[in-house]
Amino acid sequence: MNFDTTTLIPVLPEIYLLTLASVVLLVDIMLRDDQRLLTYILAQAGLAAGLLLLLVLPGEGKTVVFSGHYVRDAMGDVLKIALFVTAIGAFLYSKDYLRARKLFKGEFYVLGLLALLGMSVMISANSFLSLYLGLELLALSLYAMVAFDRDSPAGSEAAMKYFILGAVASGMLLYGISMIYGATGSLIFGEVSKGVATADRLVLVFGLVFVVIGLAFKLGAVPFHMWVPDVYEGSPTATTLFIGSIPKIAAFAMAMRLLVDGLGGLHEDWQGMLIILAVLSMAVGNVFALAQGNIKRMLAYSTISHVGFLMLGVLSGTQAGYSSSMFYAIVYAIMALGAFGIVILLSREGFEADKLADLKGLNQRSPWFAAMMMLLMFSMAGVPPTVGFFAKLFVLQAVVGVSLTWLALVAVFFSIIGAFYYLRIVKLMYFDKPDTDVALEAGWDAKLGLSLNGLAILYFGMFPASLLSVCQVAFG
Amino acid sequence: MIALSDYLMVGAILFSLSVAGIFLNRKNLLILLMCVELMLLAVNMNFIAFSHFNGDLAGQIFVFFILTVAAAEAAIGLAILVVLFRNRRTIDVEELDTLKG
Repeated sequence: MNFDTTTLIPVLPEIYLLTLASVVLLVDIMLRDDQRLLTYILAQAGLAAGLLLLLVLPGEGKTVVFSGHYVRDAMGDVLKIALFVTAIGAFLYSKDYLRARKLFKGEFYVLGLLALLGMSVMISANSFLSLYLGLELLALSLYAMVAFDRDSPAGSEAAMKYFILGAVASGMLLYGISMIYGATGSLIFGEVSKGVATADRLVLVFGLVFVVIGLAFKLGAVPFHMWVPDVYEGSPTATTLFIGSIPKIAAFAMAMRLLVDGLGGLHEDWQGMLIILAVLSMAVGNVFALAQGNIKRMLAYSTISHVGFLMLGVLSGTQAGYSSSMFYAIVYAIMALGAFGIVILLSREGFEADKLADLKGLNQRSPWFAAMMMLLMFSMAGVPPTVGFFAKLFVLQAVVGVSLTWLALVAVFFSIIGAFYYLRIVKLMYFDKPDTDVALEAGWDAKLGLSLNGLAILYFGMFPASLLSVCQVAFG
Repeated sequence: MIALSDYLMVGAILFSLSVAGIFLNRKNLLILLMCVELMLLAVNMNFIAFSHFNGDLAGQIFVFFILTVAAAEAAIGLAILVVLFRNRRTIDVEELDTLKG
């Protein structure tokens, strides 16, 4: 096969991200400690330029390059734009936190950008090989980010747990992939889905079980969720913010590429497994979140329950289901970004705010931030007119559409339980007396970012069609 | 002639050994890291066997990538282990319990 430079055009976002990460790394080496702000500005400006690149990059239909290992399609484009936007938000919110803790180092941004590159490769993967490489690039960067605060015992313990469980998950996933490769004789998703029809069913399903276990580990679905609360609690809040929001978009893409593009022919087999995972995730996530006094742990269990919802759309196996899940993944990333953004603002120099009690009387301290947090909590609970309501509604519609009404009822039941702990936060903010009267300190940039974030929740809630139509086109 | 199923059996045994090692070992984190490596090697065994018997080279290329990633993974794992040991003065699995999981 001749090498043609036009095949590089669809891959430009990834090439750009790699270049950006390398440039940031090199520039950072030359800077003195008091010039670190330049690294931050470079990373942010680079991400903004990358966003522009994604928006102007021409592309229609589906382009497959690199001998079938890489695909550029409408779903990938939309998810990458969401990736870049949330990454800009995550870097923005974490700047002041990192500064106050002497963690304001270039490595945070380099690792963040490399994680972003990994997620981008996952989103565009069209073979088991590229999917695995993207996944590992993401995971290895995240392990290092969790251990970013080198002197924190909790941070290093969380990193170790994350590392071991993540590596085991990769091993399981690979074992499953090797079985599917053996049965179908190819690594390319297109070929695999053709091979599924004729391959030995027993070997395929055996491989599928391992693939789903690996996927559930990475998504943080019950019963493979043990790492989620520990990692969220132990890592520095800046890292929690990053891990808690952006990788969910990539995890959705991974589920879609693996299960739908690759193993679509085994839909009835993986549907049953996903139903079990989804029901358990919604149950355990929502019930355990009630008992948490630590806000990072509470949000971790809330993530688990949202992952359950996310899977509902995928398991329905219809175009409507996929687009509703995509809508959910993007919306969840935005909500989690905002919620952790508020948590990060609550912390001050030498004070780590991670107790629910730290939110007491936030309305009297900073009414605007309290209002934003209220919007975010309403959205996570699924109260109209916030976007979280529509995200849940579309997913439930998709499930009812394939006659799994009982599953929709279970989902509604557990989200009602879940509403309790979201509303408890609203109660703490508005009806309890604060311990201090100090207003939250925030730069104009974080203020602007959080306001946009909160208002986006409201805007997409009023006009859900604007985002939903984008998601539907992706699967049109 | 050694059949495909024999290779797969060896792969499965290695894989089970590594899983058992991860879940039974309650003492030393280094053993956990070794088990993780063993797990990836078991997968490599599968890939090479399938690649040979299916007459498709892609599986062997995959093995090279797995080996490379495993090396990077070991580097990061050991780095985290060193950080952990500096902070806690122990690498005993049972003492990693400050975060209630």
